[in-house]
Amino acid sequence: MKRFVLAFLFFVALAGAWQLMVQTGRWSPVLLPSPRDVAVYLWSAAQDGTLVAAIGVTLRRLLVGYAIGLAIGLPLGLLSSSVRFVEDTVGVLALGLQTLPSVCWVPLALIWFGQTEGAMLFVVIMGTVWSVMIATDTGARTIPRVYARAARTMGSEGFHKWTRVILPAALPHLITGMKQGWAFAWRSLMAAEIYVTVLSGFGLGHLLHYGRELNAMDQVIAVMLVIVAIGLLADKALFGPWEHFLHRRWGINAREA
Amino acid sequence: MLDSIGSYGPPGPQPAPKLIVDGVSKWFRTPRASVHALDDINLSVGDGEFICLVGPSGCGKSTLLDIIAGLTRADAGRVTADGQLVEGPGRHRLVMFQESALFPWLTAFGNVMFGLKLVPDLSRAERRETALRYLRMVGLERFAHANVHELSGGMRQRVAFARSLAPDPHVLLMDEPLSALDALTREQLYADIQRIQQDRRKTIILVTHNVREAVCLGDRVILLSPTPGRIRESFPIHLPRPRDVNSIQLAEYTERITAALKGYIVPETV
Repeated sequence: MKRFVLAFLFFVALAGAWQLMVQTGRWSPVLLPSPRDVAVYLWSAAQDGTLVAAIGVTLRRLLVGYAIGLAIGLPLGLLSSSVRFVEDTVGVLALGLQTLPSVCWVPLALIWFGQTEGAMLFVVIMGTVWSVMIATDTGARTIPRVYARAARTMGSEGFHKWTRVILPAALPHLITGMKQGWAFAWRSLMAAEIYVTVLSGFGLGHLLHYGRELNAMDQVIAVMLVIVAIGLLADKALFGPWEHFLHRRWGINAREA
Repeated sequence: MLDSIGSYGPPGPQPAPKLIVDGVSKWFRTPRASVHALDDINLSVGDGEFICLVGPSGCGKSTLLDIIAGLTRADAGRVTADGQLVEGPGRHRLVMFQESALFPWLTAFGNVMFGLKLVPDLSRAERRETALRYLRMVGLERFAHANVHELSGGMRQRVAFARSLAPDPHVLLMDEPLSALDALTREQLYADIQRIQQDRRKTIILVTHNVREAVCLGDRVILLSPTPGRIRESFPIHLPRPRDVNSIQLAEYTERITAALKGYIVPETV
C-alpha cells in the first residue's frame, strides 16, 4: 500500500512538473499541450467512441497474432531444444530473424498482403514467434536433467514425460518467453499500425499517426499514454497470476527470474 | 575373492537373488580418449538385502547404479531383476538421487503421488491413502501440502524417500542420497531409514563415498576401486540393528574397510 501511494505521488508530481513547464510559456501549446488538454481529448475520445473502438481493434489484432505466435513458437522451441536437426536449421533462422527489428517486416507484409488485416497479423506473428521460440528453447535446455531421470525411473516416458515433467519444469522459462513475446508483439503491432493504413480497422497506432498528421499534440500524447497503460495492464492481467503461482509454488521471484 | 560375493545375505533360507549384475563393463568414449569406467562387475543381491557400494570418486559406482536402473547401457554384460533382463528404466527399479530431484511444481504430496499415479490398478482413494501413509512414515504428514522450496534439505530427502518407496519398487537404488546434508540431519535419517527398512524389508542398493554410512546402513558393504571400476571386496556387516553410527563396533568396521580402500587407491596413483 505504501509503495502504491509512493508511485501515485510520483506520477502526480510528474504531471505537476509538466503543468509548470507549460505555464512558463516557453514552448508553444502546439508542441507541448497541457495535461488538461490531454485529459480533455481523452475524455471526448472516450465519449464519442473513437478511443474505445481503436482499443478494441488493436487488442483484437494483438491477441490473435500473439496467440498464433505462441502456438507456433512454443512447440518450435521445444522441438529445437531436443532435436538436433531442428536446432541446426530453424534454430539458426530464428536467431537471425530475432535480431531483425519487427518494423522491418512491414514493407514485406505490405507487398505480400496489401493493406489488409493479414499484413497486420503477419507483422505481429513474425515479431512474436522467434523470441518465444528462442526463450522456450533456452528454457527447456536448462531444466535439470535429474527431473527427467527421476521421472523415467518412476515409469514416466514419452508423452507423459513431456506433459507432466518437461513442460512444467520449463514453466518459469516459458513464462519469461511468453512475456518477451508479448512485448515484441505489442511493439510490432504499433509499428505496423503507424505505417500501414488499413480500412478494415482503425487502431491505436492509426490514431497516433493521424494525431501527428493533424499536428494534434494533445491526441499524440493521449494515445501514447493509453498505449503505455494497456501495456502495463496486460502485463499484470496476463502474467500476474502465473508469476504469483511461480512465486508461491516454486519460490521464484519472477522479477528476478 | 569375487567368487564369494553373493554368498552373504540376510540370515535364513536363500531364495533366488532379486537382482543379478553379470559381467558388466562400461567405457566412456570422448573424441580424445576412452575411459574404462567399469570392468567385469558381478554382483548378486538377495531379496530384502541392503547393499552399500563404496569407493572413491571416479570408481564408477554411480555409473553402475545407472546401469542397474536402466538409465545407462552397459557395453558388456547384463543386469537381470526378478529374472527379467533390464533394458530400460522402469518403476520397479526406482532411483533416489543425491541432489533434490523433487519436482518444484508439485507439493510434497504431489511428488509422492507422481510415482503412485504410474502404478496401474490403484484407485484414486488408494493412491491418496498410500501417499499420506508414506509421508507419515517419514514424519512429514503435516507438511503434505507444503511446497518443495519451503522444506529444508533433510525434509526434501525425506519426501524423496517417501516418493521412492510409495510405488513399492522391487529394488530401490539410492545414489548418495544423504551426502548433501549436514551431519546431524544425516544421523537422523540413518535412524529413520533403518526403522523403515526393518519394517519394509526392501531390496536396496545404496551408493556412497562415506564408509561409516555404508557400515551403518548396509547388510553388506562392497568395495570398488577406480580406473577401471572393479569390485574388490565384500564385507558382511554383522552388527545388530538399529545401529548407532557413532558406536565403537561400527567404527572398527569402518576402519578396516577404509584401510582396505586405501590399499586399492595408493599403489595405483603414486
